[in-house]
Amino acid sequence: MSITSATASELLAKMNAGEISSEEITAACLEQISRQDGAINAFLSVQQEAALASAREVDRKRQAGEPLGKLAGIPVALKDNICSNGVTTTCASRMLEEFTPPYDAHIVEQLKAADAILIGKTNLDEFAMGSSTENSAFKTTANPWNTAHAAGGSSGGSAAAVAAGFSPLSLGSDTGGSIRQPASFCGVVGMKPTYGRVSRYGLVAFASSLDQIGPFSRDVTDAALLLEVISGKDQRDTTSLEAPVPDYTANLNQPLENLKVGYIDNLHAEGLDEEVKAATLAALDVYKSLGAELIPVELPHAKYCVATYYIIAPSEASSNLARYDGVHYGYRAEQFEDMVDMYAASRGEAFGDEVKRRIMLGTYALSSGYYDAYYLKALKVRRLIRNDFEQAFQNVDIIATPVTPTPAFKIGELVDDPLAMYLADIFTTSANLSGIPGISIPAGMSQDRLPIGLQLLAPPLEEERLLRAARMFERETEWHQQRPA
Amino acid sequence: MDYTVIIGLEVHVQLQTRTKLFCSCSTKFNPDHPNTQTCPVCLGLPGALPVLNREAFHLGMKTGLAINCEIPAFTKWDRKQYYYPDLPKAYQISQYDLPMSQNGWLEIEIDPETREKKKVGIIRAHLEEDAGKNSHDESGRGQESKVDLNRCGTPLVEIVSEPDLRSAQEARRYLEELKLLLTYINVSDCNMQEGSLRCDANVNLHVHQENGEVTPTPIVEIKNLNSFRGVEQAIEFEVKRQWDEWQKTGLSIKDVPKETRGWDADRGITLGQRGKEEAADYRYFPDPDLAPVTVTDEEREQVLQELCERPASRRERFEKNYELSTYDSAVIIDQGRAFADYFEKVAEDCGNGKQAANWVTQDVLRELNERDCQISDFPIKPDVLAAVLQKVEANEITIKSARTVFQELLSQTDTEPDINRIQSIIDEKGLGLVSDTGELDAIIQSVVDKNAKAVADFQSGKQAAVGALIGQVMREMKGADPKTVRELLIKKMS
Amino acid sequence: MSTQLTSDEVQKVAQLSRLKLSDQELEALGSQMGSVLKYIAMLDELDTSSIEPMAHAIEISNVFREDALHESLPREQALSNAPQTDGKYFLVPAIL
Repeated sequence: MSITSATASELLAKMNAGEISSEEITAACLEQISRQDGAINAFLSVQQEAALASAREVDRKRQAGEPLGKLAGIPVALKDNICSNGVTTTCASRMLEEFTPPYDAHIVEQLKAADAILIGKTNLDEFAMGSSTENSAFKTTANPWNTAHAAGGSSGGSAAAVAAGFSPLSLGSDTGGSIRQPASFCGVVGMKPTYGRVSRYGLVAFASSLDQIGPFSRDVTDAALLLEVISGKDQRDTTSLEAPVPDYTANLNQPLENLKVGYIDNLHAEGLDEEVKAATLAALDVYKSLGAELIPVELPHAKYCVATYYIIAPSEASSNLARYDGVHYGYRAEQFEDMVDMYAASRGEAFGDEVKRRIMLGTYALSSGYYDAYYLKALKVRRLIRNDFEQAFQNVDIIATPVTPTPAFKIGELVDDPLAMYLADIFTTSANLSGIPGISIPAGMSQDRLPIGLQLLAPPLEEERLLRAARMFERETEWHQQRPA
Repeated sequence: MDYTVIIGLEVHVQLQTRTKLFCSCSTKFNPDHPNTQTCPVCLGLPGALPVLNREAFHLGMKTGLAINCEIPAFTKWDRKQYYYPDLPKAYQISQYDLPMSQNGWLEIEIDPETREKKKVGIIRAHLEEDAGKNSHDESGRGQESKVDLNRCGTPLVEIVSEPDLRSAQEARRYLEELKLLLTYINVSDCNMQEGSLRCDANVNLHVHQENGEVTPTPIVEIKNLNSFRGVEQAIEFEVKRQWDEWQKTGLSIKDVPKETRGWDADRGITLGQRGKEEAADYRYFPDPDLAPVTVTDEEREQVLQELCERPASRRERFEKNYELSTYDSAVIIDQGRAFADYFEKVAEDCGNGKQAANWVTQDVLRELNERDCQISDFPIKPDVLAAVLQKVEANEITIKSARTVFQELLSQTDTEPDINRIQSIIDEKGLGLVSDTGELDAIIQSVVDKNAKAVADFQSGKQAAVGALIGQVMREMKGADPKTVRELLIKKMS
Repeated sequence: MSTQLTSDEVQKVAQLSRLKLSDQELEALGSQMGSVLKYIAMLDELDTSSIEPMAHAIEISNVFREDALHESLPREQALSNAPQTDGKYFLVPAIL
């Protein structure tokens, strides 16, 4: 078993058996990063010394028989929009190029308590806005399966890091599909929990009512493990849920009896790739062969998801990003005439095109005279979308869909056509709008050897069900065992 | 032509919670140590999130109920967006269309002579967070402004009145009554100098034309008001200015949008503030980071119960139940709740409200001022003072003697004066009035016997003649109550 | 919903967003916004007159924290990312 293609669970077992140390694991990951990240560009920063020091400490604790957390000795990479105390957190933007938070995000505290090894901060689309990680101000992350293709976004760096063997686990954030889509493109497992399942304290806000942090991993068991560590009520996040955190790995291998799998009849999304369609149908057949009942579901407002999302997300973003004005932190322009000009110049110089686009859209949608027609309207359609799911889940246990209309597109292919880029979010935005959990699992491979993912959706707080359903599929297939060349 | 002055006041009051509205930093007034009471939340750092302070909401409800507002069952939080260096998130968390209280009133006295009162309508009162403080470089080089975020995030209640006030004096009375009320119920210290109470005034005139039409002049919002006196002066100035302006230009509310002017206290004038060409577009929308608050009838009832009797009704009750003059009642109430509580205990225990009021407003208050001390720290507790006054009521000592006892009690600094000390002092100093009328009677008889001429003068109508006789009796019997002596003498001589 | 933005309107939005944009950027953004708004206009097909807006993904209410003091950040940390500071204050160009 090669360290850099093993799962976290396998590595934990080996460490517990004394066969390998955390320092060896961490060093192997760092070695892989230094050898190959030049071509992938998954990382924006690597905390080499600190990671090795943490690893040694975990090894010492293990030797001494001291109690250890659930992820003891396992490297975890963090998307660079998650605040880590004393470590630059850039959000892949010039605006925060030198920003060093004086505090840890809640999930970082949880990871530290679990004795995880924080190995580095990964690349993303600037401020999490994008679907390809081409909008990073610093570098574009390439797909480890084919470096001419995009890793997806906005959590492209975190997805690529796991796929390329740089880290067995990583965390991303998902606002409109930003974990699930890159997971699908990179052939790894990626999950967006129920809104509020994981604390957002310390996650640099993009769209507050949609953002969630979630795990990337090589298999479902690892995803369950990492999800459990980061879940739970945080007093510092009003929107974080009181619901207790179950042991997500406990019954993971128990199949769900009489599973009712919903599917969208007549997958007629424009631009749906034939291979993606085929993979989805094949996946449904796997469930059928396991005794599940396949039931078509109606999601009558599905076609409005992207439009609704592209009003709500930019509106909230325009407000969340208004604080970047060069006064208290962040980039400040050098030339300006007065204070108003300072604000405008700083923001104009430090924000990339996609960020500016969304700020403009959002400001417009919230402005006087337009609020009712845009933002308020979108909030109402949102309820209709949510109601669709409530209805559907009365008849089915989970819903299976494609993750994206196509496998990973080429780098540069869509970056100049924002609307086309937005339309690719057609399968993922609905989960964010309704707050339900969703997971992307490896479910196929295109002719060009680009991964294809399957998305599963479940009602709020049914992560256990989601993970068990995903595990059922995983046990019958080998997609998740494939690794890029 | 004539005009009516129309004034509405917008008051911001800082709630006296320990911590800020959305984070756990201290709300202490601390301008000497800038930026020492901040955290990721009130600094508006990336990733930080707000969580609502329960006590702030509670005090907000108390405030709303105290000004007779409705507390709706559902209220929410909205972002008010604008850019300014003292606002790190570039939005203020406030309340827009569903505030936590609305449709209230505050009764004020508008004529001290006739005691005429009026109810000033209150449109709404809502909770919001304060911004930080900008200060300009005083050194004169004027290159930079300094920003201190200590204050940023402090809970405020914004109270908006209806434009019901009709004069600068009414405006001032409104502020004074509001301050008295809010300090009484312990939600704020309402200190304009420290900024825990701020006020903006919206002023215009309704001009009564000869043809019967009423034309409103453009509304002016006056800012930078730093004292109640300042509010009064600024409004007076502004009224004159608007009247002059009207006579010069005839421009009405339809011609000119709302203007903002700043009060310059040094020069005693309001100045137009440039750069406010268009109304700001605050782009309000519900804050996705916060949850709405629901209020049940039980909760509302509970807070209502907590609300102590408000100053206005307590004033009236003192006048009625203790037969106090309006003046005395007002003096007592104005000293604050603890003082009024002290008075009431003394009055109840000694059984004579007027007596208690005299002592409390004169002797006690004088001592408090001389010692620069609060009523809660005053050494003579109300039950002790009441016991002294009880002795006066029972004719055991004169009022003059009671004052001696009072001073004596105060002078002992080793232990707190207690009731038992009172009798000891009376005995030690021989202040006890003679209640044994036998002995007194004998002395009176002997004085009457020795002063036949005075007695004859008195009997022939010279009432004053009794005075000398009283003196003689008092010399013989030191502890005698002059009133009693006088009565007995007159009886004897009649 | 209007979908065509005049360059004046784009300029106004840029101002409101405090974004200093070149003429090319303004033009490009204007046209991109236009196409997105055109797509978004499909929401007009839906009758939402009797639907309550959904501002939060999960409906919660009455979430509070107690009025208990916690330590604030030491001043150096509060100022640690400030573009300009004198060690006590955040400094900005003079406010006119």
